[in-house]
Amino acid sequence: MRHMIRNVFHSPKFVWGFGIFVFILIFCIVYPLFNPGNPLEMLQVGGFAAPGTYVNVYDTVAADINKEETLKIKFRLPGADEKRLESVLSADDRNTMLKFLAKVGVDTSEVDVEDLDQLLELWEKYFDPTSQPKGITRADWNKYKRINNAINRISSTDRRSVSEKDQDGQMAAVGDFSSIDYVSVDEVANHITLPLGTDNFGRDMLKELVSATLTSVEMGFIAGTVATIIGLLFGLLAGYVGGVLDDIITFITNLFTVIPGFVLLILISFSIGQEQRGVTTVALVIGLTGWTWTARSVRSQVISLRNRDHVNLSKLSGHSLFRIILSDILPYIMSYVVMAFILQVSSGILSEAQLSLLGLGPKSTETPTLGLMMNWSMLYKAHTSGYWWAYFPIILTIAGVSFSLNLMNTGLDQVFNPALRD
Amino acid sequence: MTYEELQNAPLCLSGRQLTKVFVNGKVSKTAVDHVDFDFHQGEVISIVGESGSGKTTLSKMLLGLLNVTSGTIYFKGEERKIRTMAQRRAYWNGIQAIFQDPFSSYNIFHKIDAVLDDCINMRYGRHIDKQKREDLKTEACSFVNLKYAELTNKYPFELSGGQMQRLMIARIFLLKPQILLADEPTSMIDACSRATILDMLLKLRDETGMTVIFITHDIGLAYYISDTVYIMEHGKFVESGSADEVILHPKAAYTKRLISDVPKIHEEWNLDDVFTGEE
Repeated sequence: MRHMIRNVFHSPKFVWGFGIFVFILIFCIVYPLFNPGNPLEMLQVGGFAAPGTYVNVYDTVAADINKEETLKIKFRLPGADEKRLESVLSADDRNTMLKFLAKVGVDTSEVDVEDLDQLLELWEKYFDPTSQPKGITRADWNKYKRINNAINRISSTDRRSVSEKDQDGQMAAVGDFSSIDYVSVDEVANHITLPLGTDNFGRDMLKELVSATLTSVEMGFIAGTVATIIGLLFGLLAGYVGGVLDDIITFITNLFTVIPGFVLLILISFSIGQEQRGVTTVALVIGLTGWTWTARSVRSQVISLRNRDHVNLSKLSGHSLFRIILSDILPYIMSYVVMAFILQVSSGILSEAQLSLLGLGPKSTETPTLGLMMNWSMLYKAHTSGYWWAYFPIILTIAGVSFSLNLMNTGLDQVFNPALRD
Repeated sequence: MTYEELQNAPLCLSGRQLTKVFVNGKVSKTAVDHVDFDFHQGEVISIVGESGSGKTTLSKMLLGLLNVTSGTIYFKGEERKIRTMAQRRAYWNGIQAIFQDPFSSYNIFHKIDAVLDDCINMRYGRHIDKQKREDLKTEACSFVNLKYAELTNKYPFELSGGQMQRLMIARIFLLKPQILLADEPTSMIDACSRATILDMLLKLRDETGMTVIFITHDIGLAYYISDTVYIMEHGKFVESGSADEVILHPKAAYTKRLISDVPKIHEEWNLDDVFTGEE
């Protein structure tokens, strides 16, 4: 036994698969310890915030203006103004600027919208806010002036003041700051880091994904265990006892094999009804429809074993049927059963994802699962609207989990079946 | 005992019109075809035939591991009954086997002590004190020239083929059945261990007076070991009688062919004869 386990851990494929799987599991267990809370809590008004760190605007200003001038942290970062201009002048604004330049007679075929320096140089040369050129509507002129003001604001070194309404309803300055004042994120009272952004309901994607992965793996294990136990039981009985029992079990197995498993799964899930479908129920349903090929392959393995001499000797020693099955048959197919179990877990996770994607998974109000998250992102059109963070990490997780399990299976196969070693 | 004395000994195992037909869909194959035999107490019987002649099928039917299609087996003069587990246990107390391949006769996941313990449980019951148990195992091992102290707590794969097969004989020594069915027990063993194992089988027969049914394809071996020889061809006994009578004065053509196929060391081989027979 120890020898066998050592062999298994010498197989690089198994070790990689095991490593990836354990890494995913440990991450999913540890992450909630650092970031506790309900994964289904809606943090955002609206949804689909891109991944990143969000700081509260009000708190940022407040954190800065209440400080004395000597305590303020000042940085002179190279290229700060350029960055600011880049972020203020959107692609739309730049095209508007280009349109103005064309109207005042500049040859714009040479101008590159991406080259901000060139654009600003031309803008300064031709734009005069005091004289409105002919042929430009008032609305357009106002738009140009707004852009000009924004540019001037950024390039000026004047301090900005912050005002509040006092009791009389008059605006009064309460503080000021300049363009080189900085505030540490930690000093801002409210800020949030969303490594994977938010989903359609404004929930933290990473927190949800971690919780969903655990639930899906749990469902996979329940489904895999149920399928393996049923398949093993049927396979052992059919293979060892044979005769009429074999005929009956083979008939049932063939019946389940002929009916497409996924259609059966959909029908059963649908008939159970949305309210009754908990995580365990769906996992059981997946397990109850997926046992057939385990039963078939265990049966054929047992048939090849049952006429071996050691089984005959065990019979001659007066051992009972159950003892022979448990101690003379089962250990010989155990490696095979472990492999089948791993594949069943993997296919259980995939079945759950498929089922939930169609809206037939566990009810959506209690716990997220990988399939449910896919379902939500599909329903809210994340894939057509370019919100990649709302579906791509889920696909990666599903692929990662089933890839690692299949890698483990292949590794085990090579250890137990020397003919496959390369 | 002489051959005549053995023939007058009480009947141990006999079969009447024993038949086994394997059916697979529409194809059926008669492996054992209406055979009759009488095995007596203390006799060493060889069943000789080439591969596929039905020897192993017959032995499995005799052991009760394979259902009989038709015909009857009589155990100690009475019709054999093996329908219930208790009946089967009682029957297997009287008949035991040694199989061809010692490497596949052991459960590789169990230590070899387990094999001997099973025999003690079967013969003496479960509640036997530890010291007695150890003594029995030591005695059985020393009968087959093995040291129990060296074998205990070992797994089967740590033993050589000869040691495994000797341990199988130790198992029979513990069980002391009336009938031992040895299905080619030496065909997987090297020539030196072969003689040792055959001698041990004969010694066991002399000590316990059991009937030994020896199944082999090697007619020379059969002559060496047995009192009575049955020649089997295509599921039928074509010839039977005392070893001297059958092998030195064969009547059936098949027997003659089997004898001529035995390679002779002192003669130059005529390969044409070996492969085509004398028919």
